[in-house]
Amino acid sequence: MERKVELKVVNLKKYFPVQKSFLERLLSGKIEYVQAVNRISFEVRRGEVFGLVGESGCGKTTTGRLITRLIEPTEGKIIFKGEDVTFIQGERLREFRKYVQIIFQNPYASLNPRMRIGEATAHPLEIHGIATGERKKKMVFEMLEKVGLEPAKKFYDLYPFELSGGQRQRVAIARAMILNPELVVADEPISMIDVSLRAKILELMLMLKEERNLTYVFITHDLAVAKYISDWIGIMYLGEIVEIGRKEQIFSTPYHPYTKALLSAIPVPDPKREKKDIKLKGEVPSSINPPSGCRFHPRCSFAKDKCSNLKPSLKMVDKDHYVACHLY
Amino acid sequence: MKNLLTIQDLRVYYYLREGAVRAVDGVSFFMKRGETVGLVGESGSGKSTLGLSILKLVSSPGKIVSGKILFNGNDIAGWNEKKMRLLRGSRISMVFQDPMTSLNPLMRIEEHLVETIRTHQKIPKAEAKKKASLLLNEVGIPPERGGDYPHQFSGGMRQRIGIALAIALNPDLLIADEFTSSLDVIVQFQILNLMKKLKASHQMGLIFISHDISLVSEIADRIALMYAGQIVEFAPADIFFSEPLHPYSEGLLNSVPNIELSDQKLNYIPGMPPDLVRPPDGCRFYPRCPYGEDICRRKEPPLVQIEKEHMVKCFRYDGKKSRT
Ligand SMILES: Nc1ncnc2c1ncn2[C@@H]1O[C@H](COP(=O)(O)OP(=O)(O)OP(=O)(O)O)[C@@H](O)[C@H]1O
Ligand SMILES: Nc1ncnc2c1ncn2[C@@H]1O[C@H](COP(=O)(O)OP(=O)(O)OP(=O)(O)O)[C@@H](O)[C@H]1O
Ligand SMILES: [Mg+2]
Ligand SMILES: [Mg+2]
Repeated sequence: MERKVELKVVNLKKYFPVQKSFLERLLSGKIEYVQAVNRISFEVRRGEVFGLVGESGCGKTTTGRLITRLIEPTEGKIIFKGEDVTFIQGERLREFRKYVQIIFQNPYASLNPRMRIGEATAHPLEIHGIATGERKKKMVFEMLEKVGLEPAKKFYDLYPFELSGGQRQRVAIARAMILNPELVVADEPISMIDVSLRAKILELMLMLKEERNLTYVFITHDLAVAKYISDWIGIMYLGEIVEIGRKEQIFSTPYHPYTKALLSAIPVPDPKREKKDIKLKGEVPSSINPPSGCRFHPRCSFAKDKCSNLKPSLKMVDKDHYVACHLY
Repeated sequence: MKNLLTIQDLRVYYYLREGAVRAVDGVSFFMKRGETVGLVGESGSGKSTLGLSILKLVSSPGKIVSGKILFNGNDIAGWNEKKMRLLRGSRISMVFQDPMTSLNPLMRIEEHLVETIRTHQKIPKAEAKKKASLLLNEVGIPPERGGDYPHQFSGGMRQRIGIALAIALNPDLLIADEFTSSLDVIVQFQILNLMKKLKASHQMGLIFISHDISLVSEIADRIALMYAGQIVEFAPADIFFSEPLHPYSEGLLNSVPNIELSDQKLNYIPGMPPDLVRPPDGCRFYPRCPYGEDICRRKEPPLVQIEKEHMVKCFRYDGKKSRT
């Protein structure tokens, strides 16, 4: 059975103007932009996990913020359950926020320092009028326990600054999941959690998905995590999606040279193993003046003339598997 | 060779309404110049607190209760703020777990780097600017972004700007707290190479706090494994990875997902770490230990030396490598 499309992103683009002093602007005579996200498209079906992986600074968080309507796109559309939500406002936006949650990348910035953990976790329940009093408290205790903040009674009364990094990350997860959302954008949600606890959190997230038919856009730099949790994986490079496919396809037959480089760089816990040499030449290009043609070409060992002139589009290489590269 | 850093029986507690959180509770370890210690352990086990206390930056209600911190042979545990300020940044520096701690939201990043360099080194502005550009390049931030403010960068970019600031003055010791937690594997690899370069060029010592044990194995010379405020095993890295002794070390290494196996099941250690306000009397790992015996519940195991430079806190080892 084909699942329903929960989220569809069409030609989404976000350019941020570069701030310059008046004098600099006068001298250069033009406004420059950081091309954070450049016309990306993908869809995620209900109950599935779309893993978004890519270089630091390639536009993953920006994509997540666009999807959750925290920032406005420069161009493109966001379609949630068949409805174009790109510009909804007021009551409709409020409703949307009840169903679509984001777990922010930095757990230090995303928690209100004056709110105790219990209040912070209960806050969404209050805003949306879902539960009050004892019932609310019970829901919060349950959620804190589920993310391993035990004894929940103790954590309920603590302030964010009294928590370690990984503990804060778990508060952020609890707060996002307590509302029974339908779509969760999770931005590096477990990046500070050690391996033994991380398995427990990932299992919790998958269990909630099964129970409630949740959909995730899961941003992570950790390929083992992406492999474990995702159904689909999108690989981003400098604002663009360069490869997209089912998880098994990405790991067993990666096509894009950037994807291959990423997979070859995964560290293994064995100091005696021969150290690998990661072959990616050149420096990280800037997203203010991205390279012409294929944005990856200056660092690609297979680049041909064509690659610097013509931008490759996403082409199907196998069923469900797409890659943007002139080699294929 | 003399030790760069020796920590002896350090205790750092946070005083809360319901009692003291014993975040660091009797920690000892050492490192030599140019060495990397991988400080690993469960979330909330006290790694950041230990890192911060070396710089004496533990925030109130936290306090260093007792113990010694010998840096180049001097016990800095008792130093006052004025003396510490001369040490911070130039001799010991830190990349904080929260990248915004070291960034100034109102300052363009290049300006910030230039200022950091110039407060400690009397060099002309143009030269400091050039150095700032080089530093940005080394951490993979295009120098043309130097005019941007911290909020205009991605999470991982901020982390790397923090690294550039921390290494700007060539410290003898860098404490890096989860400094690669938002970086993709290729950039991680580049940052580790940069660390190796600094190690080789001027013998920088590195305390690498991380939950990513695979990454730690790529660079660490020694491993200090923390559990509930204490170091339960301290060992040369190759020995730790091939023959871990402590049951917690064993469990942790078994939980590392192996990307090459298609097997979907993730291993983990059942149970939760103890409350650090009221830790159990005996071994703190006892409630989760598959080998626990009666004595473990009653008595706290001492940290025993198994071999020169290899210590473990467990009754199963009685000063020798074979289990008793
Ligand atoms: N508010 C902003 N103003 C200007 N530039 C921005 C802003 N937010 C993000 N950017 C830029 O957009 C690009 C993409 O940033 P984004 O945060 O989406 O990256 P990311 O993929 O999440 O990276 P990381 O893995 O490091 O978190 C970066 O070059 C960043 O500097
Ligand atoms: N300012 C504070 N006040 C009270 N308790 C604190 C404070 N900071 C940390 N703690 C507590 O001290 C313990 C150790 O925290 P620490 O931040 O050192 O852990 P960590 O090992 O760095 O964890 P993580 O890997 O999650 O960052 C935790 O139980 C935490 O709740
Ligand atoms: Mg990000
Ligand atoms: Mg920490």
